Amino acid sequence: MINFNNIWESYKTIISFTIMGLVLLFVGLNQSWALVLGIINLSLISAIMALGVNIQWGYAGLFNVGIMGFAALGGVSVVLISQQPVTEAIDAGGLKMLFALVLGAITIVTGVVLNKKGFNKWLIALIVVIGYLFTRHYFSEASDVIEKVDPAITGYLGGFGFPIAFSWIVGGLAAAGAAWWIGKITLSLRADYLAIATLGIAEIILYVIKNEDWFVRGVKNVAGLPRPVPYEVDMQKSEWLLNIVAWIHRSDLALLTQSDQVAQLSEYVRGASVVFVKLCYSGLFVLILVALIVLSNLALNSPWGRKVRAIRDNEVAASAMGKNITRQHLQIFVIGSAIVGIAGALLVTYNGIFIPTSYMPLRFTFLIWVMVILGGSGNNLGSVLGAFIIWFIWIQSGPMGLWAVEMIGSFNQEGNTITDFLEDRVHYLRLVFMGSILLFIMRFAPRGILPEKNKEL
Amino acid sequence: MSDSIDIINAFALMTNFVILPALSYGSQLALGALAVTLVYSILRFSNFAQGDSMAFGTMIVILLTGFMIGKGWTISGIPTALLVIPIAVIGTSIYMLTMDRLVYRHYRRIKVKQNIVGITASIGVMFITGGIVRFILGASPQRFEDGERFIFSVREFKAFTGLEQGIALKTSQFLTITIAILLVAFLFYFLQKTKTGKAMRAYSDNTELALLSGIDPDKVVQITWLLVAALTTIAGALYGLDKGFAPQQYHLLLLPIFASVIVGGIGSPLGAIAGAFLVSFSEVLLTYAYKKFLIYLLPLSMHPNSLVQLIGTEYKYAISFVILVTVLLIRPTGLLKGKVIDGD
Amino acid sequence: MAYLEGTNLVAAYGVVPILHECSVEVEKGELSVIVGPNGAGKSTVMRVLLGMLEATAGEVKLDGQDISMLSTQERISLGLAFVPQNKNVFPSMTVEENLEMGGFLRLDDINKTIEEVYSLFPILYEKRKQLAEELSGGQRQQVAFGRAMMTQPSVMLLDEPTAGVSPIVMDEIFSNILDVRNAGMAVLMVEQNAQQALNIADKGYVLVSGRNEHTGTGSELINDPEVRKKFLGG
Repeated sequence: MINFNNIWESYKTIISFTIMGLVLLFVGLNQSWALVLGIINLSLISAIMALGVNIQWGYAGLFNVGIMGFAALGGVSVVLISQQPVTEAIDAGGLKMLFALVLGAITIVTGVVLNKKGFNKWLIALIVVIGYLFTRHYFSEASDVIEKVDPAITGYLGGFGFPIAFSWIVGGLAAAGAAWWIGKITLSLRADYLAIATLGIAEIILYVIKNEDWFVRGVKNVAGLPRPVPYEVDMQKSEWLLNIVAWIHRSDLALLTQSDQVAQLSEYVRGASVVFVKLCYSGLFVLILVALIVLSNLALNSPWGRKVRAIRDNEVAASAMGKNITRQHLQIFVIGSAIVGIAGALLVTYNGIFIPTSYMPLRFTFLIWVMVILGGSGNNLGSVLGAFIIWFIWIQSGPMGLWAVEMIGSFNQEGNTITDFLEDRVHYLRLVFMGSILLFIMRFAPRGILPEKNKEL
Repeated sequence: MSDSIDIINAFALMTNFVILPALSYGSQLALGALAVTLVYSILRFSNFAQGDSMAFGTMIVILLTGFMIGKGWTISGIPTALLVIPIAVIGTSIYMLTMDRLVYRHYRRIKVKQNIVGITASIGVMFITGGIVRFILGASPQRFEDGERFIFSVREFKAFTGLEQGIALKTSQFLTITIAILLVAFLFYFLQKTKTGKAMRAYSDNTELALLSGIDPDKVVQITWLLVAALTTIAGALYGLDKGFAPQQYHLLLLPIFASVIVGGIGSPLGAIAGAFLVSFSEVLLTYAYKKFLIYLLPLSMHPNSLVQLIGTEYKYAISFVILVTVLLIRPTGLLKGKVIDGD
Repeated sequence: MAYLEGTNLVAAYGVVPILHECSVEVEKGELSVIVGPNGAGKSTVMRVLLGMLEATAGEVKLDGQDISMLSTQERISLGLAFVPQNKNVFPSMTVEENLEMGGFLRLDDINKTIEEVYSLFPILYEKRKQLAEELSGGQRQQVAFGRAMMTQPSVMLLDEPTAGVSPIVMDEIFSNILDVRNAGMAVLMVEQNAQQALNIADKGYVLVSGRNEHTGTGSELINDPEVRKKFLGG
């Protein structure tokens, strides 16, 4: 008699990833490869994000509710690094903006320094307020000028025009910086202060991005970002892709007349170019994901990582170490957020367009959370698996909901108002569904699908 | 406009555009903050579902209001929403007790000490609640006030006082402030003077000793949810009457509410109220454009030509956050010393 | 058969076993004292008797009736009262409110009992409107004691009532305990100050690693050379 439990226990990682792969294969065969690759690519980006959150939550129990804010910082970096500078705008208001920002920085620094030297608090407040008013004055003048420069196309300063790959690192650094600041303030305090503060900082980052048009064009979006991979149009002209496609479809094509063959072939090539570009992205993301997993595993097995695990697994030892915990938690928080920032930069790179309104803070922050907890908090591979499962469910549950509504609609011929209502609203039920998944896992399988291997004591 | 200094009109202007709005917004925040404080004191976690729960309560109010108006069951002059609040409170109570039974009770039973588990669970509940509200009402903003819009309008005020600057008292503002005062008075009386209220305080103070005194934890928790449901529904309904209903906006109320709670000192009801008014006045004062106000007060030569607005209205949530961070930096226990015990 | 008895109690915190067939009992109008080294499971015995920790074996009987299956609250309502070692008051409530909470389950007039507590501890009457957290350690102990008396219990369980108080206050607390015993209550007490406690005890238990090592009357144990050598410092 085969014991299925034992097999599952020893091979659960392989089994669960295989099942996930088969499901994707099934969708690919039945729907389309472009769709599957789209799901895979976004799953990979989610997996990187989930990895960052897993480092924070699984390694140190840090609760980050501002994932979308850190991801948005990554997205902003893509725009700022890879876009070409808008010279007219810089000529018009660049210096003024720089002056305003420097003035603002000086005000803050003065306030902090005077505070440290123990000056009268009211005096400091007065200086800061006056500095702020001047900053705001020059700032709004500068932003007005910049935003007036060809607002339909630019209306912002543009970026540095550097290679886009560089922006992934910058995105990580930007997120790390924000995390360092937040962590510095809250990590020595109660656990829920961090959660609340990350929620707040994420909202503010998003408000700034949406409202400051001179910066990254606000809600007008930044389109046409450069790509790290070839463009579909170029691919369609390439000889070797044509040959491969022709070879793959040789039996189909052989049945057609000469003229039909050409039309059909270019149709196939168009499809193939889309798939090829997506595959390039997949390769890139897999590479980055694997590198990050390897790095974090190396880190976990280093002396530093042993300390991390010791603190996590043994509360008594942890409390004895006192202040060191705060410092270590800060390191972990910064590293995790940096990874989220990188993932955010990759997401915008992949989309080729920066859309501030697409960062729906709690919705996607929450999805990442469910991924981590479903996969098995503390286990990096678990987060990857969780990312694939949850993203797949999220993407497929939309159409499935609509399909269900149509089924209901088909039974009830007269009352189309109900069907219309449901079609309009059914996607909100995904929130309810995801919330239930989270609560179910927490309650009935708190260690997730792939539990972390035995915690050392 | 006159070119002389005009303090009375400046004051009227401030009253109309700063003091009244901040008082009513502060009252709404205070009720929400008290709900968070109660959950924190008794169930020992920060309830991230507060904003969405307010949306849930308001949703019931909106549905019932629509029903009542449809049936013609209204009383002229009084917002129908006010009449249906009691039923909405019952509905929200049932929802909260159900959530407690399905979600939170388990962690109480297995004696999970970590605040963070409660937060995670409440985020799950937040999502479910937000999803339900958006499913039923959609995500777009809507208004549900009816009846008399003003207790007295700008025109009436001007005619009465002869001032150039008018003050209007909106029905929603009047109701908000009155109801908030009554509700807070009731809550404090309940907690300080009744046996059940004292038992709740005892439970919050020292859970184990409360058990040893024969206080039934399940009962304490149930009564807490009933009070929280009342505070939440009323806060949500009043906010909606005042500013309109939009699920996302309610969701984001979490930020000023948490700021109020932390500023006041987490776990301290009085602190929550003080914090709420600090947040609301900061928000209104900092986003108000002082141009007109200064024109009344300054001689002609000094009249400003810009709006004189310190912070754009779009950043009002940033204000809560800055207050929050400042308090965490300077005095993490809050203005009135709250519970300093750390959550984990 | 004694008024309250715990027989062959076995208990564990998670997988860590604490009690191995440990038995204690106390009679009305008597004082039983449990002494022993740290980690012997002294406080655990109390928690099991109160139902705050479930025993995996053994039984607890009150007045001949098996109460092993009852919840803490039910046992409290049957006449058990407990004064924990620390965190034994409601710090942000007044002295009077602390006493009121002690009488939470009672439906009759509790004012008479409050008067009794005040006459036992006159200082509490003076401080009745003060918050418990503002009191000194000894006064807080009295509040805790008074709170437990509010249920008009027949059995009083005390977990190290003299921990962290000065010797003068300690004598006072012991004399209060004797008053309560003489009034006919059964008192079971865990004590660190073994010598003094056994001096006034009617019955004594020496617990080591969750087992009854020695049992006897207070004076028997004090005069037992082995007990003296091991636990009373010579």
